[in-house]
Amino acid sequence: MNFQTRDLVVRYGGAERRALAGVTMDVPDGALYAVLGPNGSGKSTLMRALLGVLRPEEGSVLVGGREARSWTRRELARAVGAVPQAEHLAFPLSVRDFVGMGRYPHLGALRAEGEGDRRAIASALEQCDVAPLRDRDVTTLSGGELQRVRIARALAQEPSALVLDEPTASLDVRHEMSIFQLLRASASRGMTVLLITHHINLAARFADRLLLLDRGVVAAEGEVADVFQEETLGAVYRWPLAVREDPVIGAPQVTPLEDPSPF
Amino acid sequence: MNRRVTALVLVGALLLAFLLSVRLGHISLSTEEVLRALSGAGDPTHRRILFEIRLPRAVLGILVGGGLALAGSVFQALLRNPLAEPYILGISGGSAAGAVLVLSLGLVTVSSALLPAAAFGGALLAVLLVFRVAASADRSLDVRVLLLAGVVVGSFFTAVIALILALSEAQAVRSAVVWMMGSLYGVGWGSVGVVSAYTIPAALVLMSLARALNLMSVGEETASYLGTDVEAVKRIAYGVASLITAAGVAVAGIIGFVGLIVPHTLRLVVGSDQRILLPLSFLAGGAFLTFADLGARLILDPTEIPIGVITAFLGVPLFLVLLRRSLER
Repeated sequence: MNFQTRDLVVRYGGAERRALAGVTMDVPDGALYAVLGPNGSGKSTLMRALLGVLRPEEGSVLVGGREARSWTRRELARAVGAVPQAEHLAFPLSVRDFVGMGRYPHLGALRAEGEGDRRAIASALEQCDVAPLRDRDVTTLSGGELQRVRIARALAQEPSALVLDEPTASLDVRHEMSIFQLLRASASRGMTVLLITHHINLAARFADRLLLLDRGVVAAEGEVADVFQEETLGAVYRWPLAVREDPVIGAPQVTPLEDPSPF
Repeated sequence: MNRRVTALVLVGALLLAFLLSVRLGHISLSTEEVLRALSGAGDPTHRRILFEIRLPRAVLGILVGGGLALAGSVFQALLRNPLAEPYILGISGGSAAGAVLVLSLGLVTVSSALLPAAAFGGALLAVLLVFRVAASADRSLDVRVLLLAGVVVGSFFTAVIALILALSEAQAVRSAVVWMMGSLYGVGWGSVGVVSAYTIPAALVLMSLARALNLMSVGEETASYLGTDVEAVKRIAYGVASLITAAGVAVAGIIGFVGLIVPHTLRLVVGSDQRILLPLSFLAGGAFLTFADLGARLILDPTEIPIGVITAFLGVPLFLVLLRRSLER
């Protein structure tokens, strides 16, 4: 499953500023594609446009070669699993039932879960290492557990692509790494993974390609080495940084320097 | 508790409530007398009590109570707010304003159908007003605006009621207050027909949305990524749940607590899966209101207590005990 945008312009109702002001990008099949950029640069907006919940003002969004908004919600949910940034759980629910929600696009309103559905749920729980939590109430999970359970729900959709908005926000090293490794493994099995993240060093280490957004436009796009330029990153994040090849992991890593006049 | 056991207990409670409601009242009948009257034999007075008073009242108790509890569950899931209840979109205020107007103008004497019609009309007016405000330019419904508009429209109608009552005679004020607390007194088969025409299809529609409502209770964005047409589900569910509530209010007045307490109590017992919660809410609400109605007519016989007083006196302590216990677990 691939994603393409061409000169995509998105504006929120009534807003003066364009949240995306002409974004062109290609997410190839089976790639781990990371979208980087400062707060407010349009990353989450890009995700919503890709998933067809925001209408483009200009330009186009193609999912698997088809206009995003021409998919029905159910068709799209069978093809693309998504984990949005914020979710608010109003009522207690078991992990098993929460992950089982991922079967909705296959079941619809009335059909009962079958063997295939149960297998998909079990496999998703397994892949995200949350099978032992299956009877726990989702509202009592820790941050790291909850994120993995949410990814499991998206995997239970048995999609051919995953889109995730900051899945490792506020997680410790162990949980960050386990999620990046999980996504890397999924991409290596042929799943297209589009990941929005502030963990630029982990993105440089695990992603196949990077997109760097700045105030709604593409500041850089391409392989990690092309995007990881001190000047480009420094200008986009508006902070002095150094980029060095890390000898342990063999990937370029960013070290933020001190800014004498931070505000 | 096991879901199946709960369902069986509720079916039993509903049948018991129905049987007692048919038997007991100012003139109580034995089960034999009920059966004889049902077969067309026995005392003609018993037959009249059974067919013209008790049966329609018992059936209506189940329909109205079940409908309110079902609508309450749906509103709580849609608004992702445990405080939501069926009247939250201003229905209570709108319907009461309609009813109070008819009562204070003395129009009840003109036609007995006028009071429910005015209450229903007022409820629909309030709901339409709230929807109109909350629908944005691209026709999507903003839940926060919906909630706020519901509260504000409700308060506006409360002010209308206060104005009408201030200008009314004492007798009209009394009947208005009694109406506002809710009652199943004097209902007939006509009311049963109207309410079932709304409630039964609406209940089926809402139950078919159970899975989508489960997704919505996690969040609208997530629900749409999981394959739900969120705007369609919202419009249908709010509209249909409001219709059920309005139909109930029209014949029985504003009966508080059923739509709030029944779904919550059930949630503590069977969890929040709407596929289980919605049908069980209907059963439990029906049984609860029928028992409450029995209390309303038996406790101070021959005076009837407003049913809303009974639902509050029974429901609130029960709910508080359950709530406390759920915290201690």
